[in-house]
Parts: sequence; C-alpha cells; structure tokens
Amino acid sequence: MRLYDYILSPSCYRVRLMAALAGIKLDLRAVDFHPGAEHRGPELLALNPAGTIPILTDGDLVLTQSTAILTYIAASHAPEWLGDDSPAMRAQVGQWLAFAQRLTDSAGAARLHDMLQMPGDIVALRRSATRTLRELEAAISAVRRRGGIFLVGDRPTIADIACFPYVALAPDGGLPLDAYPSIRLWMRAIRGLPGFVEMPGIHRLHELLPEPGPQPDVIRKERA
Amino acid sequence: MNGEAMRDQWYPVGIAAQLTPAGRDSLLLGEAIRIACDSDGAALVTDGAGRALPVITRFGHVWTTLGQPERDLFTIPEADQPGRRLVDVGTVLVRCSPLRAVENFLDIAHFPFVHTDILGSEPHTEVQRYEVEIRDDVDEVWATKVSFYQPQAAKSAQGGINAEYMYRVPAPTCSVLYKTCPARPEEWDVITLFVQPLTETTCQVWPWMALFDEDSSMTDMIHFQQMIFVQDRSILENQIPALLPLDPGMEIPTRADMTSIAYRRWLKRHGYTYGAQLVAA
Repeated sequence: MRLYDYILSPSCYRVRLMAALAGIKLDLRAVDFHPGAEHRGPELLALNPAGTIPILTDGDLVLTQSTAILTYIAASHAPEWLGDDSPAMRAQVGQWLAFAQRLTDSAGAARLHDMLQMPGDIVALRRSATRTLRELEAAISAVRRRGGIFLVGDRPTIADIACFPYVALAPDGGLPLDAYPSIRLWMRAIRGLPGFVEMPGIHRLHELLPEPGPQPDVIRKERA
Repeated sequence: MNGEAMRDQWYPVGIAAQLTPAGRDSLLLGEAIRIACDSDGAALVTDGAGRALPVITRFGHVWTTLGQPERDLFTIPEADQPGRRLVDVGTVLVRCSPLRAVENFLDIAHFPFVHTDILGSEPHTEVQRYEVEIRDDVDEVWATKVSFYQPQAAKSAQGGINAEYMYRVPAPTCSVLYKTCPARPEEWDVITLFVQPLTETTCQVWPWMALFDEDSSMTDMIHFQQMIFVQDRSILENQIPALLPLDPGMEIPTRADMTSIAYRRWLKRHGYTYGAQLVAA
C-alpha cells in the first residue's frame, strides 16, 4: 500500500496511525504540500481530481478519503478495529466517521489558518470547532459514566482514530483543550495504545513523569 | 516602540521564488507591509503608506527593513560552496515572541523530549560543556564545540551519530547552525532560522538550509525540517511569560543554557528589545 503523505497533515496522520496500530508498513511517498502545492500538480490531480491528500493506492485501488482509507486498512488487516459487532455498533462508527469531517472543517481549518496562513474566517471557524468539541466532550463524558473511554463499544475503533488527530491538534488553531477533561483522558488512552506513533504537535506519553501534584503557589499558600 | 534599535535591521519577509505581482499583506514590527514583485519578478516591498522599502534578495528569501541599517545583511560564506542543495523550507506562523523562537533554536537540552528519537533520545540527555562567546569584532554571538548524541541527525543520517554543532547569531532574529554533515563528515551542513517579527508576540519563521545530501529528495528534506520545527511550535506557544525576560528573575538558567544567556545579554546590550521584557519577572 502506498500513501501519498504529508508529515504535517492530520488526515495523513490518521492513516499512518491506523497502519502503525494495525502493525502494517506503508510505502510513504512524501508530497510537497507546503510550500510546493504539489497536491495541485498534474501527477497528483490525475490520481485525485479533488486535489487533496492523503491518497492511498493498493494495486488498482485508489482511495482519497482518509476515513475510507481507515476502513480499508482495518477491513484488510485488523477487522476488530471496524467495530461491526452489531448493526448498532457499526452504524455508530459510521456516525463518528462523519463527525470527524466536522472536526476537519472547523478545528482543522482553524489550524491551517493560524499555522500556514490559509484563508478562512477564523472567528467563525473557532466558534464552530468549539461547538463540535463540546459535543465530543459530552459524548465521552457519557461513555465514562458507563466505565468506558473509547467512542464506540469497549475497545478502540477507527472512529477514535478518525477523530483523534484534529482534536489533539486543536491548540495549534488557538483552541485550548483545558476545558475538556473527558477529551483529555480519551486522548491519553489513545496515546497509550501499543504501537502508537506521534506526529509533530502530538507528543508521546512521558510515562516516567510523576503524577502532577498541587501547583507551586498552592503549596506555598498551604505552608504559609 | 519598544526596541527602536531593531528597526535598523534586515528581516526576511518571503521566499524569493514565490513572489506574485498581486502580492500579499503582512506585518513587520507591528507595521503593515506588502510583499509583491514587478513584471520581471524583482521583489517589491512597500510600507502602509505605499512607500517602497529597501530590498535584498539573499539565501532564497526577500529581506527588508523599516529603518536605516548601518550594515549590509550578514553573509554565510559556507552556503556558497558548490555542491550544496539550497532548501526553502516554507513558513510557519507561531504565536510567540520572535526572540523566543530564536532562543529555542539555540537550545540543545530539549532535543530528547521534544524531538524524541530524531535529534535526541532518552537516556542520552546530558548536554556536554561547550564554549560561548560574544565576538566583538563581528558583533555576533557564537557557541562552539557543542556535541550531542542524535538518533537521526538529518534526513541523510544512517543511524545514530554524535553530532557536532556550532551556533551563530548574526542578527537579533536570525540564527545559523553549522552541524556535522552525515554525508560529508569534513564539511558542515548549514541550517538557518530566519524570523520575521510580526508583533512582539507573533512571528513568522522561515527556515532555510544549504546541505550536502545527494540522495534525499527535496520534498523529504523540506518535510524533515518542517517536522522538527512544528514539534517546537506547540512548546513555543505555551512559554510563559510571552515576552523574553532579559533581566534575571524567576528563570534560573543552568550550564546547558549558556548560549541563551549570552544571546539575552547581547540583545540587552544593543537594545534589541522588541519581543522582550526588561523588568524582572
């Protein structure tokens, strides 16, 4: 499987992360997205007229939607990640794959605006991203009350992988995640999965760090 | 304006190969500027009043100034050696002081934690003693004999090496790094960080490189450097206080921070204080 890839693209990272978690190796072909705009050049437009990346090719198969690529990798190498134990579970995964597109269009666009100066109404993008993040926070809070942490069922699925990158990178677009405790715990669970790989802006878990204690000014006040 | 002395400096404002006649708007030291080119492709930079600003095209970038620089823009003689590949890395906007962006570039100690398994790795976290000086004859900050164990020092590196570094600060928002070249151990790779101060707390970073590397594709080299820089971005945006403190205050430097101390001292001596704070924190 060959992935037309850009190291800073969260959608490409979805695919790299899923492949790493499924234990398969991708043939990575780096695309000069920025500053070269190679995704809008003739070679890549011939593969994907929409002019977007990632693009995954496998033999004659060409896939250009990252959530469809996740489905393909899971179905062919790690079917438990599809989350199709029951009709309801399968449909819920589908819901989250569609939800992930809303994250791309809001938090993802805010990040592109702030980092690479792509055009966009930043105030409207952040407002829309905040609404989307609040929905996600509410959903994960509900899951946690039932003792779970992943979006669908009791194990990670492609639904989690589809949503994770744009959420984790939201601070790049001026959207801090401090206000979303359930989202942060969910991200921690994903970062702790065996085989997890990071991308620039998403750091590895530093499991050697001690548990965070009271803030220094709290300690100072207590001692005074 | 805070840091008047910084008006008389040259700043990068665009990639020379990517100028358009239509142009684009930007900021320099808080003032509106416009970067475009004429019908022959020559760079045109104007200020908010439409006045043409001085322009230099060097190191693949367009440079301009709002003031009257006493000196020409610095040079990097090594970058002119034949056989080097010149890499325009592209630009990234960062919500941090332009001086903090440079200071982070001068720091080695964060490699194992931020650039894990690339520029550093645990448990190889010790920064060996190195030498730092402010060279009065050229008025530049230099750090030499810096050495650090790196799992993947460059796109061209095969496995871990003990990389040697030299850092040079020839202008308040520019730094040049000379680094062991994995492909030609007798030469230095040249990696630069050129910073355009938009405001005191936002900047645009234009990394540029002049490397000996015959194997990697241009895109691979660009991505390697973008990966490294964007790993730093989230850290830079969370540094507190936002302005770089030039007076000793709540920050306690260690031996590994010698370059940063010399840089801050040099900034303070020249009044290069746009993006800095002078009152002890």
